[in-house]
Amino acid sequence: MKKSNWQEKLNEKLYLISALISIALILSITLFIFIKGVPAIKEIGIKNFVLGTKWKAGDGQYGILPMIVGSIYVTIGACLVGVPIGLFTAIYLSEMANKKTADFLRKVVELLAGIPSVVFGFFGLVSIVPLIDKFFGGGGNSLFASSIILGIMILPTIISISEASIRAVPKEYREGSLALGSTHIDSTFKVILPSAKSGILASIVLALGRAIGETMAVILVSGNTPLIPHSIFDRVRTLTSNIAIEMGYAYGLHQGALFATGVILFVFIMIINGVFLVFNRKAGELNDR
Amino acid sequence: MKIASFKRVVLILSLVLMVSVVVAGCTNNSKEAEGTDSKLEGIISIVGSTSVTPLAEELGQEFSNKNPEIKVDVQGVGSTAGIKAIIDETADVGISSRDLKDEEKESKIKEHIIAYDGIVVVVHPENSVEDLDMDTINKIFTGEIKNWKEVGGEDEEILIVSREEGSGTRGAFEEILELDSVREDALIAEGNGAVKANIASKKNSIGYISLSYLDDSIIGLKIDGIEGTVENIKSGKYKVSRPFLMLTNGEEGPLVKEFLDFVLSEEGQKIVGEKQITVK
Repeated sequence: MKKSNWQEKLNEKLYLISALISIALILSITLFIFIKGVPAIKEIGIKNFVLGTKWKAGDGQYGILPMIVGSIYVTIGACLVGVPIGLFTAIYLSEMANKKTADFLRKVVELLAGIPSVVFGFFGLVSIVPLIDKFFGGGGNSLFASSIILGIMILPTIISISEASIRAVPKEYREGSLALGSTHIDSTFKVILPSAKSGILASIVLALGRAIGETMAVILVSGNTPLIPHSIFDRVRTLTSNIAIEMGYAYGLHQGALFATGVILFVFIMIINGVFLVFNRKAGELNDR
Repeated sequence: MKIASFKRVVLILSLVLMVSVVVAGCTNNSKEAEGTDSKLEGIISIVGSTSVTPLAEELGQEFSNKNPEIKVDVQGVGSTAGIKAIIDETADVGISSRDLKDEEKESKIKEHIIAYDGIVVVVHPENSVEDLDMDTINKIFTGEIKNWKEVGGEDEEILIVSREEGSGTRGAFEEILELDSVREDALIAEGNGAVKANIASKKNSIGYISLSYLDDSIIGLKIDGIEGTVENIKSGKYKVSRPFLMLTNGEEGPLVKEFLDFVLSEEGQKIVGEKQITVK
């Protein structure tokens, strides 16, 4: 008995240490970004930094409003493209498709999730960008192109989480609805989807996080112009690409400003994660009922 | 019993590990000692400009062929990063495609000019414009001229493809053309390769790349009637050129010294001469 007790304790400590390592990592990353970024924000001035519309590192102008707006637009665009497709796919998979088709489609979606982002970006650069250039002009590297690529990239997140939450809706709901005489489509949209609402919203919020954090694919198709876009065919630069493009070259205040960009991005991600937690908790309550 | 045998296994395993570490350490040491005695061996890490990278790779390859014990590792991350790496001593050799700025100049850093390179202004192959003067190029890149028909091309808006802030090619291009800054709404592509890919796929675009990246997918413009070729840059007729630098910090080690000697030797400069302009 004594010996197994000792072993158990050792085991427990091992898991504790592993857990602490990840916590320590996230804390040190956060600390690092803030230590590097906050002095730069102070030097530039928070107002000039967040609301400044000119980013010209050479002239010492560090305004990241165009990038903030760019990131938000690109993320919204990705949702406009990805959410309807993803949600309908999830409904099809959980409600309509027979088992064989559903299994096959699920595998394909998993495959989509496994494709590296640079491949998505390259695909966009050689296929979508020239198409946009041909039909709408302006070069093709644009907010529109980024939205399409990101919309495709967030599909797996939306599909898998939404499908799971639709499946979690108790069978009795549908049976009751059908028994009352409503059609299949009616019970799907008026009974099942409202019941799975929290899970679906959680999937969208998670997808938002993925879209706002994506870097490589966006760099290749967005055109990276640090100006506020006025049409969906304008070039944009996102917060993440601003960091990635210039970090290799930056030093001094310029480098600090890039870390400060990271701080702003961090705040965005925290907000999104907070919202996700709220929805997730609601979804959990629903499933417990 | 089980615990006892478990303990024994752990003990044996850790012993084996210790012994292997010690042995590995010893063999490594002895090898290094032999190396310094007879032949040089090791890794030279080169970091910096994406424009110099193809040349540095070729030179490194040839150097490794001659000295099989020496590996040359080249990373293209940009001139500023290369200069920074040399100041921080995180690389053996820094490569830069622009001159050092005043705040980057440290007393211990040595600059070795290994080649000269041309910057070519490039357009899509279907563009009918072939020749521009420096002044016009300046006006195009600052945004004063916005349509190709103003310079004898088709009635189409000019799309400028530029490099990211801090790029050596951009720095040198702006300096030579006396541009204050490239038009703000220019498309920014990361690296020479990305500029090329963008220009090759957009009919109304114009950009600039290092001469060594020029190929059939895009067309290099003549500047003031002079084509950007190795001969014309060497003779000084083609004006848009800049030095390629290799940087070292303090006294070079024997490996790096050997490598730099090779680069500046007749053999090394022959490789340089294939696409760039030799120093001598």
